[in-house]
Amino acid sequence: MALPAGEQVAPRECDRNGTAMAAVGGGVSIRKVSKVYDPEGARVVALYECSVEIAPGEFVALVGPSGCGKSTLLNILAGFDTLTSGEIYLNGKLLASVNRPLQPGPDRVVVFQHGALFPWKTVLENVMYGPLRQKAMTAEEAEKKAIDLLQRCGGLDRVATSYPTELSSGMQRRVEIIRALMNEPQVLLLDEPFRAMDTVSKTTMHQHLLEMYRMSRRTIVFITHDLEEAIYLADTAIVMTTRPGTVKKTLAVNLPRPRIPEMMSSREYLDLKRQAAEGVHEEARKAFERGEREQA
Amino acid sequence: METVLRLMQNRRFWSMCAGFLGFFAVWYGSVKWVPLAPFGRLPDPVKVISEWLNPNPVFGISIFVKTYYYHILYSTYRATTAFFLALALGVPLGILMGWSRKFSDFASALLALLRPVPPLAWVPLAILILRGGEAAVIFVCFLVAFFATVLNTHAGVKSIDPDYFRAAACLGASRKDVLFDVIIPGALPNIFTGLQIAMGAAWFALAAGEMIAAQYGLGFLIMEAYNLVQTPTIVIGMATLGILGYISSAIIRLVGNRLMRWREEVIGVKS
Repeated sequence: MALPAGEQVAPRECDRNGTAMAAVGGGVSIRKVSKVYDPEGARVVALYECSVEIAPGEFVALVGPSGCGKSTLLNILAGFDTLTSGEIYLNGKLLASVNRPLQPGPDRVVVFQHGALFPWKTVLENVMYGPLRQKAMTAEEAEKKAIDLLQRCGGLDRVATSYPTELSSGMQRRVEIIRALMNEPQVLLLDEPFRAMDTVSKTTMHQHLLEMYRMSRRTIVFITHDLEEAIYLADTAIVMTTRPGTVKKTLAVNLPRPRIPEMMSSREYLDLKRQAAEGVHEEARKAFERGEREQA
Repeated sequence: METVLRLMQNRRFWSMCAGFLGFFAVWYGSVKWVPLAPFGRLPDPVKVISEWLNPNPVFGISIFVKTYYYHILYSTYRATTAFFLALALGVPLGILMGWSRKFSDFASALLALLRPVPPLAWVPLAILILRGGEAAVIFVCFLVAFFATVLNTHAGVKSIDPDYFRAAACLGASRKDVLFDVIIPGALPNIFTGLQIAMGAAWFALAAGEMIAAQYGLGFLIMEAYNLVQTPTIVIGMATLGILGYISSAIIRLVGNRLMRWREEVIGVKS
């Protein structure tokens, strides 16, 4: 593999050494979390005893076919949905359980599948929104930080006064990620943010996201149905089963960082892809067959 | 000068002119050459316009007569009063219904029952309760404008993408912040659609109300001209109502575009 020498170090090793790349994100522990919709009636088990350990600053990708409960898990983490059993810990402290429903908050910010920048606010107003509403910063501080972040993420400060509709979808997504990072969240939750994009934009967005990850060192939970994307971006790719959703396979991605597109043809990458593909395809087939049965 | 030149080059402008010319030609032709009695009784456009611009109008109403402006002022005053009352009460009520589920359940059944009552059916009751025509006409105009405002505002709040609420919650917005940062701006496009409809409805009810219960106003003018069989004056009244309706809705559209500059589509810069 053609990589410059000295860069072939996995990020977590850097953390242990206490270098400049130390993680500032939180560690998340998801323990035997289940979610049952309509427990009195139809009893749809969306998640069944799902357990995931996420180290501080780790980039985790949850992969699986649609209907595997990955979005449910993200919604529970974000506080949009409740869990039926199990617990979630953040930095060793109980965050959510059955008796402790979770509220959404700036420590776990979501970037949405279809984008949720406020169209009636300019890019700058959107990015400043979190710290201002939490009264965590003064307007001047927030503006300074927002401009700085925008500028460092590919010169987005030049569109600071534009409205989101004036931006391409790729720029909108980047601004939304920056809006999330402004809050210095413990965990950044990305819900298939590049789903509707063409391959070229997607590749560009991957590099932008990796760069933002390198800069911020936040814990990231990234949801996708795209296996290649998951392996290319993440430290750990978690393959989920279809309903009831649970963890089928955990793949440690030992590809060095920074990740570059050429890695997609490396042997390690292809090996990982094969391993994961077995799991995903099996699940996709099961989901498909179940769909056919339900149709019949 | 430049504006005039640009207008001359604008295709749409000429199409619009052609539409008007065609309309007047058909009108003129049907009055003059179609041998049917109803068309014969219709005043032709030349007759109407010459009466409208006549310093000494045959039937007493033209742009040179003070009374004409009294009628316009009365009608405008009634319609705008009704409109602003509807705005002041309808928008907050619609937002409240969208904001609180409980309040929506409480109010929507009542609204659904009251709304189908035709506005003119309110007139007799309104005159008896409010003691006189003036307040009754305004009340009826207000009522129709109010329903349009409330229902569209409510629909506007309902149409907001739930992800905006979730995003606001993630970013630490309070319930009050959500009201001002998500609900009101998010509902604004529908609110303005509602206001356009409300203004139109107010003029509609106004003309009808003034025919029944007023001493001044364009509706009254039309009715009086009808009683005296002054057909050109009837058409002048109708055309004036049309112009006023157009101006008022243009103003609302302008204010709306001003408040919602974020909606104006600008070609995006590619990343």
